[in-house]
Amino acid sequence: MNPTESTFSAQHDALAPATLGRRNWSSIFRNQGVLMLMSIPFLVHLLVFRYGPIFGWVMAFQRYRPGRGFLDQEWVGLLQFQTLFADATFYRVLRNTLAMSAIKLVMGTFFAILVAILINETRNRPFKRTVQTISYLPHFISWVVAANLVLEVLGPRGILNDMLVGLGLTQERVLWMGRPELFWWIIGWSHVWKTAGFGAIIYLAAMTSIDPQLYEAADIDGAGRLQRIWHITLPGIKPVFVILLILNIGQLMEAGFEQQYLMQNSLVMDYSEVFTIYVLRYGLQLQRYSFAAAAGIFRSAVSIALILGANTVAKRLGQETLM
Amino acid sequence: MKATREDLTFDTLKVLFLLGLVVVTLYPFINVLAVSLNDPMDTIRGGITVWPRQFSIVSYQDALSGQNMVVAARNSVARTVVSAIVQTFATAMVAYTLSRREYVFRIPIAIIYVITMYVDGGLIPTYFLYRSLGMVNSFHVYWLPGLTTAFNMLIIRTYIRGLSDSFIESAKIEGANDFWIFMRIILPLCVPVLATIILFTSVWQWNYWWDTFIFNSSRVNLTTLQYELMKRLASANAAMSGTSMADAFSRALDQAGNQVTPRSIRAAMTIIVSLPIIMVYPFLQRYFVHGLTIGGVKG
Repeated sequence: MNPTESTFSAQHDALAPATLGRRNWSSIFRNQGVLMLMSIPFLVHLLVFRYGPIFGWVMAFQRYRPGRGFLDQEWVGLLQFQTLFADATFYRVLRNTLAMSAIKLVMGTFFAILVAILINETRNRPFKRTVQTISYLPHFISWVVAANLVLEVLGPRGILNDMLVGLGLTQERVLWMGRPELFWWIIGWSHVWKTAGFGAIIYLAAMTSIDPQLYEAADIDGAGRLQRIWHITLPGIKPVFVILLILNIGQLMEAGFEQQYLMQNSLVMDYSEVFTIYVLRYGLQLQRYSFAAAAGIFRSAVSIALILGANTVAKRLGQETLM
Repeated sequence: MKATREDLTFDTLKVLFLLGLVVVTLYPFINVLAVSLNDPMDTIRGGITVWPRQFSIVSYQDALSGQNMVVAARNSVARTVVSAIVQTFATAMVAYTLSRREYVFRIPIAIIYVITMYVDGGLIPTYFLYRSLGMVNSFHVYWLPGLTTAFNMLIIRTYIRGLSDSFIESAKIEGANDFWIFMRIILPLCVPVLATIILFTSVWQWNYWWDTFIFNSSRVNLTTLQYELMKRLASANAAMSGTSMADAFSRALDQAGNQVTPRSIRAAMTIIVSLPIIMVYPFLQRYFVHGLTIGGVKG
């Protein structure tokens, strides 16, 4: 069902760690030496490249200056965190991040499920396949390309302005990308455009595993299309929905910085700046390394708290969970 | 079963929605293609939708004549090919060891991998660590940091576990070591899942630009296609700032002396950058969906 589940179920296998003490280490090395040579170098690589940066978190408690070792720095305690929590920009960035994440989560999930239901309700196979094939396409292109397409569609000479002016709905062409109050929604809709089709796959897979007898029984009882969707299809995809929701809640602090970075301009900066961009701006551009590291730690800590919290709530509610 | 009025309404709305989805998905691609193939000066007049009005390849000539583009294309191809091969091979090797039930370090290693799916060190500490490891201004930053990844490893491991153990057992009895078993028995049996992972990695590598931006932006000879397009996009965004609509138009008209406009070059570059993805799309479609199912990994 999910990666963690299969990892931890391994503990029930025959050679669980409990039996290790009784085994002879020299025979283990003789029999499993090749396995060790095949895996431990990559483990070391992972520890350096993925766990190494976590040790760099000490710099958030320092006034870090490059060129000296990590331990040869001035220690400042929680000063960087105090500065962070006193920074007005920080709260604006937090608001933008959470708002855009929430918009993307709600809109993305809604449209993925809607597309899945409509495809699932389609009997005509060639039509179904064509729609599916086309709907996946945006998933595979980069956000750089997608942001260009968005800019073109919403541009002064783009289709949206052409249509609105052509239909007489607006007098003048609108500079959509320069409107701060619209930026969150442009992010939301472009997210839907890029992900709804591919996101539907997983819900479709869940729908195909629903027992067809349930639908037959509903037909006999005289249920209509909408009633069948409401009472059979939606409950059938609930476990997948919950797991994806938990995973996405863990991503709330991320908000998909690429998208914002590529579509923002200084007119909308107050609404477009999200956490990763904030860290980038203070850290690498303004060279306030320790401050930016503290902001990064805050982000990671909240993410972990969110995913654990969501998991606990789901467990309380008797839902299938991640861990 | 007779069609009720509800069925009829539902089916009509359904078909309309799905057709709308198809149009909305495809239009931006077709529009940018039309813009890229239209005469740039004519494009300023507006009204280009799905077909070029005055056919011209001048935007492509201009986009490709920049020296960076040749270097960028070479680097994009190189990082994609190197990563797809090296990372998939390394990840498969670890996946094999963790599929062996007798392997003593199986559980600790698996846990260490899974944790990386949820925790990361953040941009600044990562930057300083990579710098001290010589990853700044270096091609290695494109393939080395992501040598093995938890997600792909778990997909391959699940696949290996689904294979029959009998081949491995008989090879062991004949004295074959695990590396030999991996190379000669496991890899050939894993071709379907490896194809999926190779495509997975390739698309990701081809599309990624953040590492170029953070680590290699001061070296022109390490640039990539996505990064070149990103720079064009950034200057288009910068040009939008502090302007009104009227300014935007007058700027467009100022460029009327030139043969090309930034917008047309961007359109041409967008098509160039997406072309490889569109070309492998039939494979992607099949293997990605397949990959999601065989891995049993959702999310």
